Amino acid sequence: MPFTSRRRLRQAAATAVAVALGASSLAACGSSDDNEEASSGPVSLTYWTWAPGMDKVADIWNKGPGKKAQIKVTVKKQASGDTLVTKILTAAKAHKAPDLVQAEYQALATLVSNDALADISGEVGGVEKEFAAGIWQQTTLGTDALYAIPQDSAPMAFYYREDLFKKYGLEVPKTWDEFAETAQKLKKKAPDKDLTTFSANDSGLFAGLAQQAGAKWWTVDGDKWKVGIDDAATQKVADFWGGLVKDDVIDNQPMYTPAWNKALNTGKQIAWVSAVWAPGTLTTAAPDTKGKWAMAPLPQWNAGDSATGSWGGSSTAVTNDSKNKAAAAKFASWLNTDPEALAALVKESGIYPAATAAQTGDALAKAPDFFSNQPDFYTAAAEIAKTTAPAAWGPNVNVAYTSFKDAFGKAAKNQSGFGAALTTMQDATVADLEKQGFEVAE
Amino acid sequence: MTSARRKTYGVKGAPYLFLLPATVLFALFFALPIGYAVWLSLHKVEVKGLGLGKGAREETWAGLGNYTDALTDPELLDGALHVLGYGVIVVPVMLGLALLFALMLDTERVRLAPFTRLAIFLPYAIPGVIAALLWGFLYLPDVSPFYFVLDKLGMPQPDLLDGGPLYIALSNIAVWGGTGFNMIVIYTSLRAIPAEVYEAAKLDGCSQLQVALRIKIPMVAPSLVLTFFFSIIATLQVFSEPTTLKPLTNSISTTWSPLMKVYQDAFGKADTYSAAATAVIIAVATLVLSFGFLRAANSRNRQEEAR
Repeated sequence: MPFTSRRRLRQAAATAVAVALGASSLAACGSSDDNEEASSGPVSLTYWTWAPGMDKVADIWNKGPGKKAQIKVTVKKQASGDTLVTKILTAAKAHKAPDLVQAEYQALATLVSNDALADISGEVGGVEKEFAAGIWQQTTLGTDALYAIPQDSAPMAFYYREDLFKKYGLEVPKTWDEFAETAQKLKKKAPDKDLTTFSANDSGLFAGLAQQAGAKWWTVDGDKWKVGIDDAATQKVADFWGGLVKDDVIDNQPMYTPAWNKALNTGKQIAWVSAVWAPGTLTTAAPDTKGKWAMAPLPQWNAGDSATGSWGGSSTAVTNDSKNKAAAAKFASWLNTDPEALAALVKESGIYPAATAAQTGDALAKAPDFFSNQPDFYTAAAEIAKTTAPAAWGPNVNVAYTSFKDAFGKAAKNQSGFGAALTTMQDATVADLEKQGFEVAE
Repeated sequence: MTSARRKTYGVKGAPYLFLLPATVLFALFFALPIGYAVWLSLHKVEVKGLGLGKGAREETWAGLGNYTDALTDPELLDGALHVLGYGVIVVPVMLGLALLFALMLDTERVRLAPFTRLAIFLPYAIPGVIAALLWGFLYLPDVSPFYFVLDKLGMPQPDLLDGGPLYIALSNIAVWGGTGFNMIVIYTSLRAIPAEVYEAAKLDGCSQLQVALRIKIPMVAPSLVLTFFFSIIATLQVFSEPTTLKPLTNSISTTWSPLMKVYQDAFGKADTYSAAATAVIIAVATLVLSFGFLRAANSRNRQEEAR
């Protein structure tokens, strides 16, 4: 997940070709519509995922519990994030989707609305208690159905250069007001440095910040969708960051560029609002700053509050095309709740598990190498994870995200405040829903 | 009689038999996908209510709806204008340089010709995405050696990834990558000019410059037309350079060029129907522009011949 945006580009072209080829060959094969459940005998499942090392985790299943249950899982490595969503949709159209897929939380509604995912609430019992309510609710879409089992979560936190904060006499901000003051103070002391940047090239960050403020971007009102992208909470977040960019207190250049890497590596930017996976990104982006960063809870809107958002995170879903939905659901719940599986996921795939027990488990006892100076990294992260605010996703997150990139990119460049950009994002999202035929509440 | 008839039948059938593989391949991999794209462009998906669960989506006939939507979409119009601005820089600069290099390489007493030819051609062998990444690094003030030098010299440092300079930055990548190819095309036809033409020119007292202007350029006009034709098509299809530079800057939107919009519709919004309609429009525009140009060029040639 952390590298989604950077990878996306490289993989986009490859996936596009793959999807196109796949679609044509599938179309040629024709679609057979037999959805009968295989009742007994050995079962073979295919699993599309982008998590590295997932084949090793599946091996544990295939040699242990899977062997007993005669369920064999084959992992097929995929491109991450949005590109996989498109591929799944294309495959589902031809009724050739794999049994299991990895899907980011915000993509679930899109997949469900295209009838790609199966409701597995009947097949999995008693796993709900393993997860924080805010995470679990994202896989049910607020209904009685269950469309996926949470795999990893990405609670957001505030990362800062401990040494430079000391050098410039800065305090770790506890509220967003303090955050703005800290940014101004730094500008006064070192005009060529920035506290951080507002990047318009990863919509997940802004979505997470809005989530922390209590925004509900998509909600269901009867049988209509209600889009609240320009609700009061999000407006507050947009105005805050828009103001910082407008006043030149923070940078306005995108993340994940060579220039951004350099800024982090040389201390030109001394803080980053990110998520629990930040150590991995920092290791590659700013290798010279190892051991100099620290993590703190996200600044709050009101002093004394404790809430955070999510930036990323994904789940394991069973598709409607699967002929062995019960078996697939069994594997999905083993993968994301079994202690051995979770330990392997942490070790092999480097994920931060969504299951609460695993967040304080042995596998995460030791802080990441890059944060060796903060030995209680994962204990602190688990505390933060508990405060994750609920998220509300709808069937056209992709449209909202694209609109964010274009509108906020332009506004950040012009340093013109983000109010108009937020309206553009809301309007584009509503217009797209209406164009597709969804009922939208005013 | 019968054997004779069979023979004629066999001879008559032979051409069709020979045509068969090409026809089948053409139908399967060219006509069929195009037909499917046109079919897609005339349809859309209709969602009912919340759009969750089975049967919530239905493919319906859209008529020309996708086409009117695409043609009235300000993003597509903006994209067309971007491409126009980009093309106005790329095509003349690239072809001008290609012609200049080809003429220079073709002059007598040129040294290191094979090496120079290869050096100019080499960037063409570098994939567009890689070239855009390379240049992207050079355009970013914080990591670019050019900016480092400008800074040391106390010279102004323009932001190449914004406003007008952005067009120059993008064009530069295309010119860098495409000049070599066009140069080779022109150079090859220069080499095909018979030597006696030059001899005659020399006897008449032509200077090198006059030979270039009065003999060489008119005689390679057909290959200039060809390279122009290719360049127009490449310009209309610009995709990889802006897409690769996009993550580096806030100035390039996801729908900067028409093809980027098609990509965004198909793979960002999963709306293959609108994407197909836009793609058909781009294909038609490309056909009209490029063949329109070819016709204009041909009719001029014919007029000149008639004179």
